[in-house]
Formats: sequence, C-alpha cells, structure tokens
Amino acid sequence: MSITLRVNGNTRTVDVDPSTPLLYILRNDLGLEGPRFGCGLGQCGACTVIINGAAVRSCVTPCSAVKGEITTLEGLSKDGVLHPIQQAWIDEQVPQCGYCQNGQMLTAKVLLDRNPNPSDADIRKFMAGTLCRCMTYYRIQAAIRRAATAMKTADTASNEGVVA
Amino acid sequence: MTTFTTVPRQIEDALERCHGASRRDFLRTSGLLVVSFTAAALAPFEVEAAAQGAPGAGPYPLVDFRQLDSWIVIHEDSTATFYVGKTDGGQGTGTAFRQLMCDELDLAYDKSTLIMGRTDITVDQGGSGGSDALQVDAWPARRVAAEARRVLLELAAARFGVPAGELSVREGVITVSADPSKRVTYGELIGGRRFNVALTGQNIDATTGVAKLKPVQELKITGQRLHRYDIPAKVDGSLKWASGAKVPGMVHARNVRPPVAGATLVSIDESSVKGLPGFIRVVSRGNYVAVVCEREEQAIRAAQQLKVQWQKPATPPFPGSDNLYSYIRNATPTSSSKPDIVGNPDAAFAGAATVIESEYEHPFQGHTAIGPAHAMADPSNGQMTIWSNDMKSYGLRLGVAKFLDMPVDRVRVIWMEGPQLYGRTAADDAGFEAAFLAREIGRPVRVQWMRHEETAWDTKGPAYAFKLRGGLDAQGNVVALEYHGRAVDHNHLGYNEPDTVLIAQLMGIRPAAPATGGAVAPSEMYAVPNRRRVADVVSLPLVWESPLRTGNLRDPNGPQVHFASESFIDELAAAAKADPVAFRLKLLTAETRDDSAFRRARSIAALKAAAELYGWDPRPSPKPIGTGALLTGRGVAYCYRNQTIVVEIAEVEVNRETGHVWVKRLVCAHDCGLVVNPEGLERVLEGNMLYGLSRALHEEVRFDTEKVTSVDWTTHPTLTHLDAPAKIDIVLVNGDPDAKRPDLPHYGAGEAACRPTAAAVANAIFDATGVRLRRVPFRDARVLAALKAARV
Repeated sequence: MSITLRVNGNTRTVDVDPSTPLLYILRNDLGLEGPRFGCGLGQCGACTVIINGAAVRSCVTPCSAVKGEITTLEGLSKDGVLHPIQQAWIDEQVPQCGYCQNGQMLTAKVLLDRNPNPSDADIRKFMAGTLCRCMTYYRIQAAIRRAATAMKTADTASNEGVVA
Repeated sequence: MTTFTTVPRQIEDALERCHGASRRDFLRTSGLLVVSFTAAALAPFEVEAAAQGAPGAGPYPLVDFRQLDSWIVIHEDSTATFYVGKTDGGQGTGTAFRQLMCDELDLAYDKSTLIMGRTDITVDQGGSGGSDALQVDAWPARRVAAEARRVLLELAAARFGVPAGELSVREGVITVSADPSKRVTYGELIGGRRFNVALTGQNIDATTGVAKLKPVQELKITGQRLHRYDIPAKVDGSLKWASGAKVPGMVHARNVRPPVAGATLVSIDESSVKGLPGFIRVVSRGNYVAVVCEREEQAIRAAQQLKVQWQKPATPPFPGSDNLYSYIRNATPTSSSKPDIVGNPDAAFAGAATVIESEYEHPFQGHTAIGPAHAMADPSNGQMTIWSNDMKSYGLRLGVAKFLDMPVDRVRVIWMEGPQLYGRTAADDAGFEAAFLAREIGRPVRVQWMRHEETAWDTKGPAYAFKLRGGLDAQGNVVALEYHGRAVDHNHLGYNEPDTVLIAQLMGIRPAAPATGGAVAPSEMYAVPNRRRVADVVSLPLVWESPLRTGNLRDPNGPQVHFASESFIDELAAAAKADPVAFRLKLLTAETRDDSAFRRARSIAALKAAAELYGWDPRPSPKPIGTGALLTGRGVAYCYRNQTIVVEIAEVEVNRETGHVWVKRLVCAHDCGLVVNPEGLERVLEGNMLYGLSRALHEEVRFDTEKVTSVDWTTHPTLTHLDAPAKIDIVLVNGDPDAKRPDLPHYGAGEAACRPTAAAVANAIFDATGVRLRRVPFRDARVLAALKAARV
C-alpha cells in the first residue's frame, strides 16, 4: 500500500506493506543511512529517529503508525550548519567506530530539548537505553554537557538581539 | 529510483582526483599491475561500472608494493593521496598514518588524503589486527613517504642545477637555500605523473626506498592533537558504511540457524514461505540455510516463517553455563603447553612461610557488535565484489576465492567502515555467506545477521579456569609463583579460513584437523625467583558447527588471564600486609639475571606515574570496612602487551545492600612509545578501559545443554551510560630508558588498555569490602551473594 512520510522537511511516498518497520524504508527506499540496524528489538537505540519531539526506535515502528514529521541524523544540521550537538561530538572527538552515534546524538537532542540543564544523573538516566559497544559513554556525556552550554549561549545571544 | 552510492566519499574524491581516471587505470597504465589488459577492459570509473554490472570490469590483482606509485600519488595542486593496506575501526589509525606520512613527506596534513584496505587499489598490508598498525605497518608507510620526498628533491635539484643538499623543503614547496626566489612545488614537479621508482624489501613490512627516516625530534605533525578526519562524516550522517552498500538488482538474505547446536537438517518445507511477497528462493547446503527475498523486511519475515525440521545431536553439545567451570577442571586437555619453569618452585613452596592458593573463573564473552554482521556481494561478470567492514579485507578476498574456487584476481573486497571490528568478528562469516548466495542466486545479495545470531553465533573469547599458587617468605617477599590456566579454546578459528568460516562448517567442510588453540600465561615483568607456568586447552563436547566457537576477541586472552594473575598478586600483597603499588614495585625492581631491563624500567615508570596521577596513599588492602550503605575502595593492576605497558587504578563504590558496583574513577598510565596523536590515543584508551569494564561487570555468554541462551541485550547485558565513571584520567608515559632517542618506536595501543581493568576493579572491590571476587562478571546478584556470604 501507499505510505506517505514527512522526513527532514520533505514528503515522500513509498509503496510497501504497512507493517514494514520504518527503519527499512528510511534506509532502503529513502537512502537515509543515519538510522542503523542494531537489534530489531528496540533495545539498543542505533535506529533512533525523532518524531514529534520523541526519540523513536524505527526498527520496531511500523511505517503505517508514523503520524508526524520524522527527523533523522541527516536532518539535524540546518542550512549546512551543524547542530550544536553534532559540533560538540566533533569537538570532543566522541566516536570510535561511530555506528551507534546516530542514536546517541538524536537521543541527546531530545534530552536537551526537554531539559536544557540536565544534571549528570539526568544525562545517565535519559541515555541509559542507548548502547555503545566501543564504550564511548564517558565522552558522549562530556559532549552532551558541552552541547548544553553551547545551546544556552546561543539562546542568550539570540535573546539579546530581541528589542522589547 | 534510488541513487546508489557504493564507496566512501573520500574514496570517490580520491578516484576523481586521480586525473579523471580510476586508480586502477592509473596503476595499470603505469605498468604496476602485472596482468595484461585489453583497451576494452578499462572502465573509466570501475566502481560504478562494476556496480552497474558493466562487462569487462576487473580483474582485480593485488597492487605491487615495491613501487612508490602504489603508495603515494601527488596531484597537480600539490596535494597527496596515500594508499595503505590497513583498516581503521574508528581508532584513528588513518589519521595517525597521515600524520606520520605527511611528516616524512614534508607536506601539510590537510593537503593529504588516505585510502585504506580496498584490495584492488591499496597495497596488501593485511588489514587490521594485533594492534600492529603503528607498531609494524606504519614503518613502511613512513619509509615510502620519505622516499617520495627524496625523489622530489632530486627532481628539484635537476631543475635548478644544484645539489639536493642545497635545497630546502617545507610543506610541499622546495626552494634553493641560497636563493629562495627559486622555488617549485611538489605539484609542479610531479603532479599527475608517476614516480616510476622501484622500492625494495623482502616483504611488505620491509618495504623501503633509499631515503632515511627523520629523527623523532624533527617530526612536527606527529604528536599533535589533530582531529580525526573520519569523524565529521560520522557525525553529520554523510559517511557511507558497508552496511549501506547497495547496487541495482540487489536482493536481501537472512540466515536460518539450527535451533540446537550441532543439529542436522532433515527437511525444509518451502511451501511455508513460497507465497510470501518478494520471495525468491531458499538456499540450503548441508546444515546451512538462508532465505532470499527482494526486500529486507520480506527476508526477515520469510526467515522467521520458514519451517525447517532439524535432528538434535545424539549427545548434548554443551555442559551448560552453570556447570562450565567444573567441566573445564575435569576435562582431559586437548593440548598442553610445555611447563615454563624458573628456579625450583617445589622447593621454594616447601620452604615458604605462607602459601596461598586460589581459583579464578572467566566466562565466554563475545564481540556482540552493536551492528550485527553484514556484507554485500555482487557476482557480475563472473567476478565477485564484496562490500564489507571486515578488518582483514585482503584475507576475505583470498578466503572467498578459495571457498568459491574462483581465480583470486576475480575477487575484490571494498572495505568500508562498520561496527566494531575488534578481532575475528562474524564479518568474516557474513562476507563468505554473501558471496556464496550471490553466486547461487546470480544477483547481488546483501546478508545481514539478526541480533540473536550475532550474540549467539559470533566468535567468542575462550572461557578460562585458573589455579594460582604463591609462596611468601617471613618478610613478605614472593619466593614462588605458580600459574595454571586452562582455556576452552580447542578449534580456535583463524581469520577468513575457507574451511572454518561458519558457512563452511555448516556445509560439512572441515580442515584436516581442528586448530590447537592456545591458553596463555600472564604478561608482567615481576622478578620471582621460582616459577611454574602451565597452560592447557580443553574442548567442549561439540567441536564443529558450534555457536561457542572461539576466535580472536579484542586483546585475545588478555582480560581473562590478567584478571586472574593481577587479582592474585593483590592477594599476595594483602597476605604480606603490603601496599599493592609498593608490593608490585618491589617485584619489578627485584634483582634479576635476565635481560628484561628495558620493559621492566618502563613498567616501573608507568606504575609510578599512575600512582602519582591518582594520588595513591600507601596502605595495605582492605581498608577498614565502612559502616554506611556505600563502601569505597581503590585497586591497581598492571601488565604489558607486546611492548605496550599499561597500569590502571580503579576507584569503586560498592552498594552493600544491592551488590551494585560503580567504578567512579579510572586512572590509566600508558606507555606505547612515540605517541602520534595524543587526543586520538586518549579516546582509544577511554573506550578500551570501559570495554574492559563492560567485560568485568556485565558480560557473559550463557548457554544451556543445547544452545546459547544469550541472544539479545536483555539476556546479554552490556555496559551502559549508567556505568560511566565520573572521571577518567590518563597519563601518556615515555618510560624508555633512552627517552630522547631519535628512533623512538611507536608501539600498538588498540588493545592493551582493556587487559588489566577487571583485576583493577576486583582489587578495588576487595579494598572496599574485604571480599575477593574470583569470577567474572561482577553482576549485582553475584556481588551481593559474596558480600552476604562474608557477612559484609
């Protein structure tokens, strides 16, 4: 059947079985390889995308159940400028193999969108279900703190430009 | 229609930059490829051509490593592309190679690019393995870069009519020293053209020109904290991975594994899947079964739905996890090492004031990569192109050629990045499966293992049981030490062997005999006058077609063996009522008659550096047990791997009510000689220590008497964000007795740091609680039971 998805600002239509997990459509039909296959069970987070402000595991989400705009890793930067989270990942030199980092960055984005000032405990708890087998956790947490600071600075800067 | 991208961006860029022709055309027309070609055989962009099934693509012989052009191309804009036969699992190997090669070539780092591990366009350095990229393979890379610089100076000397010795070179620009207005760039000298310079060397590791290497003191880019070049594309989503390799007409396969280890296939009911959408074929041979469908989700469904009848083996394949260690102790070894004896241990034990004996146990652990194994193979034109993240792409090529009985120059492997290539992973197996299925189906086939396959069936690090015995004299000196390690490692798999990869085993293909496997002894430099070291290998009942097949897992044997040996040294220190750091220093500085001074001196330097960085206050362990719910302690462990020395100190918090262990701080002192990129190295060490921590706290591949029962992240827990230490401190040590030597070597760093972690944590738990944990992993329930048994 025909399924229409809104992904990273574009509308795409594919003809697939409605039970097809979103992950395979993103990767195989839409050419978006940010989300990765890790477990197919919703346990590891490698396939994470953002839908309606929530971190969603695309490997266990039937495409017919998707009702909102989908953001993948490819949609995180705007106008060629990296999101502060991506920049923090580079500044901290986070990835080793990098395979899981899609899920790490997108989950971190949802965290910081909801909680701009997370404590160390908040970070650990929110990120706990997003696994990394190169064990870059320590550096990911440093990058999240760095991104939080950068995003606050950016907010302050944009507010300063507003004339009351 | 979807657009197809088949090669990483940096490779595409490099191919395009290569004078509008492909790399292989460049090498061909240079006469560097020893086979002959017809004009019709030359495709301008062979990657795309092969991807589209263009006739005539290939063959794909290896590149001649004895030609400078095989390693380095200088472009007209004075940039350079380096071609090396290593692969990079995300540890910065490629960045480090560029730093060293740019230094020797006298080129700015950002004027270089690097291509790795693609069997048809890069020299065969074997891919990755053994943490040898910098220790071994960086040397020929440095020498060829130095040779290129020498040739460029010769060309400039001829152009200006002055001796090469009167020229200066800086960042790709050569000037006449006496008249700097006379200048020429590398690009002007040779850009777009070939060196045509022969190199020498008995093998690729020995490859050299006539130029001399620069002394370490003249290296300017080496030692800088440069950012890794591969990270931006990993962060912005633009990197093309092996897992995403696609070509037109590609179909999807999933394997169907025996539900009981060692089971025999009786029958397949193909009607159970025949009507499914997209179904193409069930392929089976022997006990190997796979389903091929047009789309990925269709293949997954068909594999789940396929009805297969299996016959269980007559005898249980495994003893079951709960009986593993008694099984190991009671088994008859399949092989034993010759006892390594120093002095007279029996007499020394007889005369010792105190003798301590302990048994340690370590389970099977797996790679369990975050992305299960995968590969894609294209059989077009009677050839085979495999897209794979296998760290040994050259071995995969050779193995597949033998397996499929194809001329080896008809097979090539395009290495691309992928998840976690730290050893003999199932990427080997998936590559063979993809190639086999592609040939059977006659179309490009992508194979993707599922989570349960990866966790249950990937190769394992061997389980071990240890017995250690130590003797102290009345003054607390170690007078005798005995080590007995026993590993379940019979039939240890090599890399990409056409008669031991999983598909071969399941098809009934066997080598003449199983590999002997190996149990190893600890790597430390303690001077103990009387020693005995023995190592045995045992086998599980099921030898072939087993999910509990062993192969190299990051730092093979290291975490197991040093968990036992470095925990036991702590037991001796405690018995001697000695501070654990001081006790080790005494063992390292004791008089010895051997010639081990070099590694011993560096071990001492690292141990002192770690203690200083931690702020270690000398006292025996355990400390007086606290009264609250959280008990804290610190532990140290030391060892070496080849020439790399590592000392770690763990600070733990043990919850006596839940048994939960949190390692709140880790300190590492690491000496791997010349450090090429300190930041890259620190990141590798951080990750690798936490990898060791995951193995210490969580990981155990469990099984019953029929099958592996660890099949996902619930049944096989791993370290998570909750476990991350609050603080990690690293000191990079140069403990070389001649620290300023101009030829300071660069040793390996990819594996050593996971080696002592479990012992450091166990020693810290002992310090905090007085309870000695002698079995990995230290999951909450096991720790709590041990605390309760000791009434802590």
